[in-house]
Amino acid sequence: MRVILIGGDETVYFLARQLRKKGKHITIINKNELECQILVKQTEATIIHGNGTDHQTLEDAGARQADVVLALTPHDQDNLVACQIAKKLFGVPRTIAIVNDPENEEVFEKLGVDHAFSATKVIGMMIEQRAAFDDIKRLMPVGEGEVHFADIELDRESPAIGKRMMDLNFSRDTLVACIIRDGEVIIPRGSNQLQVGDHVLIISKPGKHDKDIALLTGEEV
Amino acid sequence: MLLILFVYVKGILARNFHLIDHRNKWALMKHYIVIVGCGRLGSLLANHLSGKGNNVIIIDKAHKAFERLSTDFSGYKIVGDATEQSVLREANISKANFCFSATQNDNINLMVAQIARTIFEVPHVLARISDPAREAIYREFGIQTISPTQLTADSFLQYVKATES
Repeated sequence: MRVILIGGDETVYFLARQLRKKGKHITIINKNELECQILVKQTEATIIHGNGTDHQTLEDAGARQADVVLALTPHDQDNLVACQIAKKLFGVPRTIAIVNDPENEEVFEKLGVDHAFSATKVIGMMIEQRAAFDDIKRLMPVGEGEVHFADIELDRESPAIGKRMMDLNFSRDTLVACIIRDGEVIIPRGSNQLQVGDHVLIISKPGKHDKDIALLTGEEV
Repeated sequence: MLLILFVYVKGILARNFHLIDHRNKWALMKHYIVIVGCGRLGSLLANHLSGKGNNVIIIDKAHKAFERLSTDFSGYKIVGDATEQSVLREANISKANFCFSATQNDNINLMVAQIARTIFEVPHVLARISDPAREAIYREFGIQTISPTQLTADSFLQYVKATES
């Protein structure tokens, strides 16, 4: 699979390494000469110094044969134009862009970009969740943020300690997927009692889950 | 005496009719126009269109850019990034008849023009594109574009042709 990455920061470097490990053929287009020199040393990718929104540069990068174009510059307008030219002029099957303005996710998809997502929105959501609950170890939005997955460690202060699952009043939109106790996975039944140190993994819909998380952490929402 | 009165009345009528005619023209010409970018081109358009009695909204990232507007400019100024939809909504762009995207950045102009056309359904949208190659690509995509570079080159070439003949 041939992938073209446009942009320059840590994201591009990280993605280039990850994708290379999976055996993908990577080409990076970057405007900055110094960054290009660093990328040449750090990655096994083909590096092209140029403007990713320029059709000639895209063609030089092999856009006609590319399977995916990822536009990762910090400028929404450049990511849009790069994806549109890749898609419409060179027929790249999948174009993906990051956007700053979360509202632009929808706009980009209407304007022909296959997938657009706002890093600001994803990170913002994760930070917001973590700031609200100290005990949540991992929380990630899945499926465009429609589903949340959280790993909550129960400490001494937790109001759920000693309670049975059936006594905890979870809403219908939250599912307790499993309990991890001393490294062992327990699939919860109504009679399971919760103990200090348990990791409770829950799957929930956003908006609804604050109340349910509070049942486990005891923290005010 | 009668003749003088006749000429006088005729004069008044003519003047009034002219006035009415003039007003109608203005009423017909009054458009709601959003201009993005208050550089040399944007401010020139804004001053001219506002002077003709149109309802002009101008958007620029830098407040200082509005110094280019003439004292007669009677439109509305918005400081903001036009690639953000909230800024375009503040300009009430869905009500606009025309949107001119005239910043110095081709990609911003292309993005704003497409958002104005596709999301806000502005009937007449024009984007300024400096790079003639990019202009040609986007014209094929169905975006109304204008390339100052191309226009200037055409003028030069026409001048050369005129001196030859």
